[in-house]
Amino acid sequence: MELHVRPLLQIQTLHKRFHDVEVLKGVNLEVREREVVSIIGSSGSGKTTLLRCVNLLEEFDSGQILLDGESIGYRIGGDRRRRLSDRALSRQRSMTGMVFQSFNLFPHLTAAGNIMLGLRKVRRLPKDEARSIAEKWLGRVGLSQRADHYPSQLSGGQQQRVAIARALAMNPKLVLLDEITSALDPELVQEVLLTVKSLAEEGSTLLIVTHEMRFARDVSHRVVFMEQGQIAEQGPPAEIFGNPKSPRLAEFLRSARS
Amino acid sequence: METFFSELWIARDALMEGFVRTIEASVVSILIGTALGLLIGIVLVYGPLVVRLLCRAYVDVMRGTPVLVLILASFYIPSVVGLHLSAFQAGLLALILFCGAHIGEIVRGALQSIPPGQTEAARSIGLTFPQILTYVLLPQALRSILPTWINTGAELVKASTLLSVIGVGELLLKTQEIVGRNFMTLDFYLFAGLLYLLVNLGIEQAGKALERRVAVR
Ligand SMILES: Nc1ncnc2c1ncn2[C@@H]1O[C@H](COP(=O)(O)OP(=O)(O)OP(=O)(O)O)[C@@H](O)[C@H]1O
Ligand SMILES: [Mg+2]
Repeated sequence: MELHVRPLLQIQTLHKRFHDVEVLKGVNLEVREREVVSIIGSSGSGKTTLLRCVNLLEEFDSGQILLDGESIGYRIGGDRRRRLSDRALSRQRSMTGMVFQSFNLFPHLTAAGNIMLGLRKVRRLPKDEARSIAEKWLGRVGLSQRADHYPSQLSGGQQQRVAIARALAMNPKLVLLDEITSALDPELVQEVLLTVKSLAEEGSTLLIVTHEMRFARDVSHRVVFMEQGQIAEQGPPAEIFGNPKSPRLAEFLRSARS
Repeated sequence: METFFSELWIARDALMEGFVRTIEASVVSILIGTALGLLIGIVLVYGPLVVRLLCRAYVDVMRGTPVLVLILASFYIPSVVGLHLSAFQAGLLALILFCGAHIGEIVRGALQSIPPGQTEAARSIGLTFPQILTYVLLPQALRSILPTWINTGAELVKASTLLSVIGVGELLLKTQEIVGRNFMTLDFYLFAGLLYLLVNLGIEQAGKALERRVAVR
Protein backbone atom coordinates (compact mmCIF):
# COMPACT_ATOMS: atom_id res chain seq x y z
CA MET A 1 0.00 0.00 0.00
CA GLU A 2 1.39 3.40 -0.98
CA LEU A 3 1.67 5.64 2.00
CA HIS A 4 1.42 9.00 0.31
CA VAL A 5 -2.15 8.51 -0.95
CA ARG A 6 -4.83 10.42 0.92
CA PRO A 7 -6.68 8.26 3.44
CA LEU A 8 -10.21 7.35 2.41
CA LEU A 9 -11.63 8.33 5.78
CA GLN A 10 -10.19 11.11 7.93
CA ILE A 11 -11.72 11.79 11.32
CA GLN A 12 -10.23 14.92 12.85
CA THR A 13 -10.64 16.05 16.49
CA LEU A 14 -14.20 14.81 16.57
CA HIS A 15 -16.24 15.95 19.55
CA LYS A 16 -19.71 14.74 20.32
CA ARG A 17 -21.86 15.30 23.36
CA PHE A 18 -25.24 13.98 24.42
CA HIS A 19 -26.68 16.80 26.50
CA ASP A 20 -24.06 17.36 29.21
CA VAL A 21 -22.06 14.23 28.64
CA GLU A 22 -19.14 14.36 26.26
CA VAL A 23 -19.03 10.99 24.57
CA LEU A 24 -16.35 11.61 21.94
CA LYS A 25 -13.50 13.78 23.16
CA GLY A 26 -11.44 14.65 20.13
CA VAL A 27 -11.13 11.48 18.13
CA ASN A 28 -8.54 11.32 15.36
CA LEU A 29 -8.62 8.34 13.06
CA GLU A 30 -7.69 7.59 9.49
CA VAL A 31 -8.64 4.64 7.36
CA ARG A 32 -6.99 3.97 4.03
CA GLU A 33 -8.61 2.43 1.03
CA ARG A 34 -8.80 -1.39 1.27
CA GLU A 35 -7.76 -1.23 4.91
CA VAL A 36 -9.56 -3.22 7.59
CA VAL A 37 -9.62 -1.45 10.94
CA SER A 38 -11.19 -2.88 14.08
CA ILE A 39 -12.23 -0.79 17.05
CA ILE A 40 -12.24 -2.44 20.45
CA GLY A 41 -12.94 -0.98 23.85
CA SER A 42 -15.12 -1.30 26.88
CA SER A 43 -18.84 -0.68 26.88
CA GLY A 44 -19.76 2.99 26.73
CA SER A 45 -16.40 4.11 25.34
CA GLY A 46 -18.10 5.64 22.30
CA LYS A 47 -17.49 3.06 19.56
CA THR A 48 -21.04 2.96 18.27
CA THR A 49 -21.35 6.71 18.48
CA LEU A 50 -18.22 7.10 16.37
CA LEU A 51 -19.58 4.83 13.62
CA ARG A 52 -22.94 6.57 13.74
CA CYS A 53 -21.26 9.94 13.25
CA VAL A 54 -19.44 8.61 10.19
CA ASN A 55 -22.73 7.29 8.77
CA LEU A 56 -24.39 10.64 9.65
CA LEU A 57 -26.97 8.99 11.86
CA GLU A 58 -25.73 11.27 14.63
CA GLU A 59 -24.79 14.94 14.53
CA PHE A 60 -21.48 15.98 16.05
CA ASP A 61 -20.40 19.16 17.76
CA SER A 62 -16.99 19.93 16.34
CA GLY A 63 -14.19 18.45 14.33
CA GLN A 64 -14.43 17.13 10.82
CA ILE A 65 -15.04 13.90 9.02
CA LEU A 66 -13.69 13.69 5.50
CA LEU A 67 -14.64 10.86 3.21
CA ASP A 68 -12.54 10.74 0.08
CA GLY A 69 -11.64 14.36 0.78
CA GLU A 70 -15.28 15.48 1.08
CA SER A 71 -16.50 17.03 4.33
CA ILE A 72 -19.27 14.83 5.70
CA GLY A 73 -22.41 16.20 7.31
CA TYR A 74 -21.48 19.85 7.45
CA ARG A 75 -20.46 22.61 5.13
CA ILE A 76 -17.58 24.48 6.66
CA GLY A 77 -16.90 27.97 5.37
CA GLY A 78 -14.57 30.20 7.35
CA ASP A 79 -15.53 29.71 10.97
CA ARG A 80 -19.15 28.89 10.12
CA ARG A 81 -20.46 25.38 10.11
CA ARG A 82 -23.83 24.34 8.74
CA ARG A 83 -25.56 20.97 8.64
CA LEU A 84 -26.17 19.90 5.06
CA SER A 85 -29.67 19.48 3.63
CA ASP A 86 -31.57 16.21 3.97
CA ARG A 87 -30.89 15.50 0.31
CA ALA A 88 -27.14 16.08 0.57
CA LEU A 89 -26.95 14.01 3.75
CA SER A 90 -28.74 11.15 2.01
CA ARG A 91 -26.26 11.23 -0.84
CA GLN A 92 -23.33 11.16 1.59
CA ARG A 93 -24.87 8.37 3.63
CA SER A 94 -25.08 6.24 0.52
CA MET A 95 -21.28 6.49 0.20
CA THR A 96 -20.90 4.46 3.39
CA GLY A 97 -22.67 1.23 4.19
CA MET A 98 -23.65 0.26 7.71
CA VAL A 99 -24.44 -3.12 9.20
CA PHE A 100 -26.20 -3.04 12.55
CA GLN A 101 -26.14 -5.29 15.56
CA SER A 102 -29.87 -5.89 15.21
CA PHE A 103 -29.83 -6.51 11.41
CA ASN A 104 -32.66 -4.02 10.78
CA LEU A 105 -33.89 -5.78 7.67
CA PHE A 106 -37.17 -4.48 6.27
CA PRO A 107 -39.69 -7.14 7.32
CA HIS A 108 -42.15 -6.40 4.52
CA LEU A 109 -39.56 -7.03 1.79
CA THR A 110 -37.88 -10.26 0.71
CA ALA A 111 -34.13 -10.74 0.97
CA ALA A 112 -33.77 -9.58 -2.63
CA GLY A 113 -36.27 -6.78 -2.04
CA ASN A 114 -34.22 -5.51 0.89
CA ILE A 115 -31.16 -5.27 -1.31
CA MET A 116 -33.00 -3.85 -4.30
CA LEU A 117 -34.65 -0.94 -2.48
CA GLY A 118 -31.52 1.19 -2.34
CA LEU A 119 -30.42 0.14 -5.81
CA ARG A 120 -33.78 1.18 -7.24
CA LYS A 121 -34.52 4.32 -5.26
CA VAL A 122 -31.08 5.71 -4.51
CA ARG A 123 -29.03 4.52 -7.45
CA ARG A 124 -32.11 4.54 -9.67
CA LEU A 125 -31.29 1.32 -11.47
CA PRO A 126 -33.93 -0.45 -13.54
CA LYS A 127 -35.64 -3.36 -11.84
CA ASP A 128 -33.95 -6.23 -13.68
CA GLU A 129 -30.50 -4.76 -13.17
CA ALA A 130 -31.19 -4.23 -9.45
CA ARG A 131 -32.45 -7.78 -9.23
CA SER A 132 -29.35 -9.25 -10.81
CA ILE A 133 -27.07 -7.22 -8.52
CA ALA A 134 -29.14 -8.42 -5.55
CA GLU A 135 -28.79 -12.01 -6.68
CA LYS A 136 -25.07 -11.61 -7.22
CA TRP A 137 -24.64 -10.33 -3.66
CA LEU A 138 -26.89 -12.95 -2.16
CA GLY A 139 -24.65 -15.47 -3.88
CA ARG A 140 -21.59 -13.83 -2.38
CA VAL A 141 -22.97 -14.23 1.14
CA GLY A 142 -24.08 -17.78 0.40
CA LEU A 143 -27.82 -17.16 0.19
CA SER A 144 -28.64 -17.66 -3.49
CA GLN A 145 -31.47 -19.97 -2.55
CA ARG A 146 -33.08 -17.45 -0.19
CA ALA A 147 -33.69 -14.49 -2.51
CA ASP A 148 -37.45 -14.64 -2.16
CA HIS A 149 -37.61 -15.40 1.53
CA TYR A 150 -38.83 -12.82 3.99
CA PRO A 151 -36.60 -11.92 6.95
CA SER A 152 -38.89 -13.80 9.35
CA GLN A 153 -38.24 -16.95 7.32
CA LEU A 154 -34.47 -16.66 7.81
CA SER A 155 -32.22 -17.49 10.75
CA GLY A 156 -30.40 -14.69 12.55
CA GLY A 157 -27.16 -15.48 10.80
CA GLN A 158 -28.86 -15.50 7.42
CA GLN A 159 -30.60 -12.21 8.19
CA GLN A 160 -27.30 -10.61 9.11
CA ARG A 161 -25.75 -11.88 5.89
CA VAL A 162 -28.61 -10.34 3.92
CA ALA A 163 -27.95 -7.08 5.79
CA ILE A 164 -24.29 -7.30 4.79
CA ALA A 165 -25.28 -7.90 1.18
CA ARG A 166 -27.69 -4.94 1.38
CA ALA A 167 -24.91 -2.64 2.53
CA LEU A 168 -22.32 -3.94 0.05
CA ALA A 169 -24.62 -3.95 -2.97
CA MET A 170 -24.74 -0.15 -2.86
CA ASN A 171 -21.04 -0.24 -3.66
CA PRO A 172 -20.05 2.00 -0.74
CA LYS A 173 -16.55 3.39 -0.40
CA LEU A 174 -16.49 2.29 3.23
CA VAL A 175 -18.45 -0.27 5.23
CA LEU A 176 -19.16 0.20 8.94
CA LEU A 177 -19.94 -2.89 11.00
CA ASP A 178 -21.17 -2.43 14.56
CA GLU A 179 -21.00 -5.57 16.67
CA ILE A 180 -22.75 -7.49 13.98
CA THR A 181 -22.56 -10.83 15.77
CA SER A 182 -23.64 -9.70 19.24
CA ALA A 183 -27.30 -10.50 18.70
CA LEU A 184 -26.61 -13.95 17.26
CA ASP A 185 -26.75 -17.35 18.85
CA PRO A 186 -23.17 -18.60 19.32
CA GLU A 187 -23.47 -21.27 16.64
CA LEU A 188 -24.41 -18.64 14.03
CA VAL A 189 -21.54 -16.25 14.75
CA GLN A 190 -18.98 -18.05 12.63
CA GLU A 191 -20.88 -17.95 9.34
CA VAL A 192 -21.22 -14.18 9.63
CA LEU A 193 -17.59 -13.64 10.58
CA LEU A 194 -16.48 -15.80 7.65
CA THR A 195 -18.57 -13.63 5.34
CA VAL A 196 -16.89 -10.49 6.65
CA LYS A 197 -13.51 -12.12 6.31
CA SER A 198 -14.14 -12.88 2.66
CA LEU A 199 -15.07 -9.24 2.06
CA ALA A 200 -11.87 -8.15 3.74
CA GLU A 201 -9.84 -10.50 1.59
CA GLU A 202 -11.44 -9.12 -1.53
CA GLY A 203 -10.40 -5.60 -0.70
CA SER A 204 -13.44 -3.89 0.85
CA THR A 205 -12.59 -1.05 3.21
CA LEU A 206 -14.01 -2.00 6.59
CA LEU A 207 -14.32 -0.20 9.90
CA ILE A 208 -15.40 -2.79 12.42
CA VAL A 209 -16.54 -2.48 16.02
CA THR A 210 -16.31 -5.87 17.65
CA HIS A 211 -16.08 -7.74 20.90
CA GLU A 212 -14.71 -10.80 19.12
CA MET A 213 -11.01 -10.41 19.86
CA ARG A 214 -9.94 -13.47 17.88
CA PHE A 215 -11.77 -12.16 14.86
CA ALA A 216 -10.30 -8.66 15.23
CA ARG A 217 -6.84 -10.13 15.42
CA ASP A 218 -7.49 -12.38 12.47
CA VAL A 219 -9.06 -9.98 10.01
CA SER A 220 -7.68 -6.49 10.72
CA HIS A 221 -4.71 -4.61 9.40
CA ARG A 222 -4.94 -2.31 12.36
CA VAL A 223 -6.68 -2.39 15.73
CA VAL A 224 -7.84 0.72 17.56
CA PHE A 225 -8.48 0.74 21.29
CA MET A 226 -11.04 3.30 22.45
CA GLU A 227 -11.30 4.41 26.02
CA GLN A 228 -13.68 7.04 27.40
CA GLY A 229 -14.32 8.79 24.11
CA GLN A 230 -10.74 8.83 22.95
CA ILE A 231 -8.41 6.60 21.03
CA ALA A 232 -6.00 5.35 23.65
CA GLU A 233 -3.83 3.13 21.51
CA GLN A 234 -3.66 1.74 18.00
CA GLY A 235 -1.42 -0.50 15.98
CA PRO A 236 -1.10 -3.78 14.12
CA PRO A 237 -3.09 -6.58 15.78
CA ALA A 238 0.04 -8.47 16.83
CA GLU A 239 1.21 -5.49 18.84
CA ILE A 240 -2.14 -4.50 20.31
CA PHE A 241 -2.87 -8.01 21.48
CA GLY A 242 0.67 -9.21 22.08
CA ASN A 243 2.33 -6.17 23.53
CA PRO A 244 -0.19 -3.60 24.81
CA LYS A 245 1.47 -0.37 25.93
CA SER A 246 -1.16 1.32 28.02
CA PRO A 247 -2.24 -0.34 31.28
CA ARG A 248 -5.89 0.33 30.36
CA LEU A 249 -5.58 -1.77 27.22
CA ALA A 250 -3.80 -4.56 29.09
CA GLU A 251 -6.57 -4.46 31.67
CA PHE A 252 -9.25 -4.49 28.97
CA LEU A 253 -7.68 -7.46 27.19
CA ARG A 254 -7.44 -9.39 30.44
CA SER A 255 -11.12 -8.87 31.18
CA ALA A 256 -12.07 -9.66 27.57
CA ARG A 257 -10.24 -12.98 27.75
CA SER A 258 -11.90 -14.14 30.91
CA MET B 1 -95.68 -12.43 6.22
CA GLU B 2 -97.42 -11.85 2.92
CA THR B 3 -98.34 -8.32 3.90
CA PHE B 4 -94.71 -7.70 4.82
CA PHE B 5 -93.53 -8.78 1.40
CA SER B 6 -96.12 -6.71 -0.40
CA GLU B 7 -95.26 -3.69 1.76
CA LEU B 8 -91.57 -4.38 1.11
CA TRP B 9 -92.30 -4.41 -2.63
CA ILE B 10 -94.08 -1.06 -2.34
CA ALA B 11 -91.19 0.39 -0.33
CA ARG B 12 -88.43 -1.10 -2.47
CA ASP B 13 -87.34 2.13 -4.16
CA ALA B 14 -87.22 4.10 -0.93
CA LEU B 15 -85.28 1.33 0.80
CA MET B 16 -82.89 1.03 -2.09
CA GLU B 17 -82.34 4.77 -2.10
CA GLY B 18 -81.65 4.77 1.63
CA PHE B 19 -79.32 1.80 1.35
CA VAL B 20 -77.33 3.45 -1.43
CA ARG B 21 -77.07 6.67 0.61
CA THR B 22 -75.77 4.71 3.60
CA ILE B 23 -73.13 2.99 1.51
CA GLU B 24 -72.23 6.21 -0.24
CA ALA B 25 -71.78 8.11 3.03
CA SER B 26 -69.72 5.29 4.55
CA VAL B 27 -67.48 4.73 1.55
CA VAL B 28 -66.80 8.40 0.88
CA SER B 29 -66.08 9.16 4.51
CA ILE B 30 -63.79 6.15 5.00
CA LEU B 31 -61.82 6.98 1.85
CA ILE B 32 -61.39 10.71 2.44
CA GLY B 33 -61.14 10.17 6.19
CA THR B 34 -58.36 7.65 5.70
CA ALA B 35 -56.39 10.00 3.46
CA LEU B 36 -56.86 12.74 6.06
CA GLY B 37 -55.93 10.34 8.85
CA LEU B 38 -52.73 9.27 7.12
CA LEU B 39 -51.67 12.87 6.83
CA ILE B 40 -52.61 13.58 10.45
CA GLY B 41 -50.80 10.49 11.68
CA ILE B 42 -47.62 11.41 9.82
CA VAL B 43 -47.74 14.98 11.12
CA LEU B 44 -48.36 13.74 14.68
CA VAL B 45 -45.08 11.85 14.55
CA TYR B 46 -42.83 13.84 12.25
CA GLY B 47 -44.45 17.28 11.89
CA PRO B 48 -42.99 20.53 13.20
CA LEU B 49 -44.08 21.34 16.75
CA VAL B 50 -46.80 23.90 16.02
CA VAL B 51 -48.53 21.85 13.34
CA ARG B 52 -48.18 18.79 15.52
CA LEU B 53 -49.89 20.50 18.43
CA LEU B 54 -52.72 21.69 16.19
CA CYS B 55 -53.25 18.16 14.90
CA ARG B 56 -53.12 16.78 18.41
CA ALA B 57 -55.83 19.25 19.48
CA TYR B 58 -57.97 18.32 16.48
CA VAL B 59 -57.62 14.61 17.18
CA ASP B 60 -58.37 14.93 20.88
CA VAL B 61 -61.42 17.15 20.34
CA MET B 62 -62.85 14.87 17.66
CA ARG B 63 -62.27 11.74 19.66
CA GLY B 64 -63.73 13.25 22.79
CA THR B 65 -66.96 14.38 21.09
CA PRO B 66 -69.94 12.11 20.41
CA VAL B 67 -70.50 11.60 16.69
CA LEU B 68 -74.05 12.90 17.02
CA VAL B 69 -72.76 16.20 18.37
CA LEU B 70 -70.23 16.38 15.51
CA ILE B 71 -73.02 15.86 13.01
CA LEU B 72 -75.24 18.52 14.55
CA ALA B 73 -72.28 20.90 14.77
CA SER B 74 -71.33 20.49 11.14
CA PHE B 75 -74.98 20.92 10.18
CA TYR B 76 -75.51 24.18 12.12
CA ILE B 77 -72.11 25.86 12.43
CA PRO B 78 -71.14 26.32 8.75
CA SER B 79 -74.37 28.22 7.99
CA VAL B 80 -73.58 30.65 10.82
CA VAL B 81 -70.39 31.63 9.02
CA GLY B 82 -72.23 31.82 5.70
CA LEU B 83 -71.17 28.47 4.29
CA HIS B 84 -74.12 26.55 2.92
CA LEU B 85 -73.81 22.80 3.00
CA SER B 86 -76.59 20.38 2.17
CA ALA B 87 -77.56 18.01 4.95
CA PHE B 88 -75.69 15.23 3.18
CA GLN B 89 -72.55 17.35 2.77
CA ALA B 90 -72.68 18.42 6.41
CA GLY B 91 -73.09 14.80 7.47
CA LEU B 92 -70.19 13.71 5.31
CA LEU B 93 -68.03 16.47 6.75
CA ALA B 94 -68.74 15.24 10.27
CA LEU B 95 -68.02 11.61 9.41
CA ILE B 96 -64.82 12.53 7.55
CA LEU B 97 -63.53 14.60 10.47
CA PHE B 98 -64.45 11.84 12.87
CA CYS B 99 -62.81 9.16 10.76
CA GLY B 100 -59.72 11.30 10.06
CA ALA B 101 -59.09 11.79 13.76
CA HIS B 102 -59.45 8.12 14.60
CA ILE B 103 -57.31 6.93 11.70
CA GLY B 104 -54.77 9.67 12.51
CA GLU B 105 -54.37 8.35 16.02
CA ILE B 106 -54.11 4.76 14.79
CA VAL B 107 -51.50 5.68 12.18
CA ARG B 108 -49.50 7.60 14.79
CA GLY B 109 -49.45 4.55 17.03
CA ALA B 110 -48.44 2.28 14.17
CA LEU B 111 -45.62 4.57 13.03
CA GLN B 112 -44.29 4.96 16.55
CA SER B 113 -44.26 1.23 17.14
CA ILE B 114 -41.90 0.65 14.20
CA PRO B 115 -38.41 0.13 15.67
CA PRO B 116 -36.10 3.13 15.07
CA GLY B 117 -33.63 0.73 13.46
CA GLN B 118 -35.88 0.64 10.39
CA THR B 119 -35.47 4.34 9.76
CA GLU B 120 -31.76 4.15 10.49
CA ALA B 121 -31.16 1.27 8.11
CA ALA B 122 -33.12 3.13 5.43
CA ARG B 123 -31.21 6.35 6.02
CA SER B 124 -27.90 4.56 5.98
CA ILE B 125 -28.68 3.19 2.50
CA GLY B 126 -29.19 6.79 1.39
CA LEU B 127 -32.97 7.03 1.15
CA THR B 128 -34.42 10.51 1.71
CA PHE B 129 -37.11 11.03 4.32
CA PRO B 130 -40.06 10.97 1.87
CA GLN B 131 -38.68 7.75 0.39
CA ILE B 132 -38.29 6.20 3.83
CA LEU B 133 -41.89 7.05 4.61
CA THR B 134 -43.15 5.68 1.30
CA TYR B 135 -41.14 2.49 1.01
CA VAL B 136 -40.27 1.52 4.57
CA LEU B 137 -42.52 3.05 7.22
CA LEU B 138 -45.97 3.36 5.66
CA PRO B 139 -46.03 -0.15 4.17
CA GLN B 140 -45.34 -1.54 7.64
CA ALA B 141 -47.71 0.84 9.40
CA LEU B 142 -50.55 0.17 6.96
CA ARG B 143 -50.24 -3.57 7.40
CA SER B 144 -50.40 -3.29 11.14
CA ILE B 145 -53.41 -0.94 11.17
CA LEU B 146 -55.42 -3.03 8.73
CA PRO B 147 -57.59 -4.81 11.33
CA THR B 148 -58.37 -1.55 13.14
CA TRP B 149 -59.01 0.17 9.84
CA ILE B 150 -61.58 -2.44 8.84
CA ASN B 151 -63.19 -1.96 12.22
CA THR B 152 -63.37 1.80 11.70
CA GLY B 153 -65.15 1.12 8.41
CA ALA B 154 -67.79 -0.90 10.23
CA GLU B 155 -68.09 1.84 12.88
CA LEU B 156 -68.71 4.39 10.15
CA VAL B 157 -71.54 2.36 8.66
CA LYS B 158 -73.17 2.35 12.07
CA ALA B 159 -72.42 6.03 12.67
CA SER B 160 -74.03 6.91 9.35
CA THR B 161 -77.43 6.10 10.90
CA LEU B 162 -77.03 9.28 12.93
CA LEU B 163 -77.25 11.31 9.73
CA SER B 164 -81.00 10.67 9.92
CA VAL B 165 -81.32 13.34 12.63
CA ILE B 166 -80.33 16.07 10.20
CA GLY B 167 -82.65 14.67 7.53
CA VAL B 168 -80.25 12.76 5.32
CA GLY B 169 -82.34 10.08 3.62
CA GLU B 170 -80.15 7.14 4.49
CA LEU B 171 -81.39 3.68 5.31
CA LEU B 172 -82.59 4.39 8.85
CA LEU B 173 -84.53 7.55 7.95
CA LYS B 174 -86.13 5.82 4.95
CA THR B 175 -87.12 2.95 7.20
CA GLN B 176 -88.64 5.37 9.70
CA GLU B 177 -90.66 6.99 6.91
CA ILE B 178 -91.90 3.61 5.66
CA VAL B 179 -92.87 2.53 9.15
CA GLY B 180 -94.69 5.84 9.58
CA ARG B 181 -96.82 4.91 6.58
CA ASN B 182 -97.57 1.22 7.16
CA PHE B 183 -97.03 0.90 10.95
CA MET B 184 -95.13 -2.39 10.49
CA THR B 185 -92.58 -1.17 12.99
CA LEU B 186 -90.96 -4.39 14.06
CA ASP B 187 -90.77 -5.95 10.59
CA PHE B 188 -89.11 -3.04 8.89
CA TYR B 189 -86.69 -2.17 11.68
CA LEU B 190 -85.65 -5.82 11.75
CA PHE B 191 -85.22 -5.73 8.02
CA ALA B 192 -83.04 -2.58 8.21
CA GLY B 193 -81.08 -4.17 11.04
CA LEU B 194 -80.50 -7.20 8.87
CA LEU B 195 -79.16 -5.03 6.05
CA TYR B 196 -76.69 -3.29 8.41
CA LEU B 197 -75.61 -6.65 9.71
CA LEU B 198 -75.02 -7.98 6.21
CA VAL B 199 -72.97 -4.93 5.23
CA ASN B 200 -70.79 -5.22 8.30
CA LEU B 201 -70.36 -8.96 7.87
CA GLY B 202 -69.32 -8.24 4.31
CA ILE B 203 -66.78 -5.68 5.50
CA GLU B 204 -65.44 -8.15 8.02
CA GLN B 205 -65.03 -10.89 5.43
CA ALA B 206 -63.41 -8.54 2.92
CA GLY B 207 -61.10 -7.37 5.69
CA LYS B 208 -60.07 -10.88 6.58
CA ALA B 209 -59.35 -11.71 2.97
CA LEU B 210 -57.26 -8.54 2.67
CA GLU B 211 -55.39 -9.34 5.88
CA ARG B 212 -54.51 -12.78 4.63
CA ARG B 213 -53.07 -11.31 1.46
CA VAL B 214 -50.83 -8.72 3.08
CA ALA B 215 -50.06 -10.51 6.35
CA VAL B 216 -46.97 -9.12 8.06
CA ARG B 217 -44.36 -11.75 7.61
N1 LIG C 1 -28.84 8.65 22.14
C1 LIG C 1 -28.11 8.81 23.25
N2 LIG C 1 -28.46 9.69 24.20
C2 LIG C 1 -27.72 9.88 25.31
N3 LIG C 1 -26.60 9.21 25.57
C3 LIG C 1 -26.18 8.30 24.68
C4 LIG C 1 -26.92 8.06 23.47
N4 LIG C 1 -26.26 7.10 22.78
C5 LIG C 1 -25.20 6.77 23.50
N5 LIG C 1 -25.12 7.48 24.65
C6 LIG C 1 -24.05 7.40 25.65
O1 LIG C 1 -22.82 7.61 25.03
C7 LIG C 1 -21.84 6.76 25.55
C8 LIG C 1 -21.17 5.99 24.45
O2 LIG C 1 -22.12 5.10 23.90
P1 LIG C 1 -21.78 4.11 22.71
O3 LIG C 1 -23.03 3.40 22.38
O4 LIG C 1 -21.10 4.86 21.63
O5 LIG C 1 -20.75 3.13 23.39
P2 LIG C 1 -20.14 1.78 22.84
O6 LIG C 1 -18.66 1.94 22.94
O7 LIG C 1 -20.70 1.47 21.51
O8 LIG C 1 -20.62 0.75 23.92
P3 LIG C 1 -21.06 -0.78 23.73
O9 LIG C 1 -19.79 -1.58 23.66
O10 LIG C 1 -21.83 -1.09 24.96
O11 LIG C 1 -21.87 -0.89 22.48
C9 LIG C 1 -22.51 5.89 26.59
O12 LIG C 1 -22.23 6.42 27.85
C10 LIG C 1 -23.98 6.03 26.28
O13 LIG C 1 -24.73 5.95 27.45
MG1 LIG D 1 -21.95 -0.07 20.75
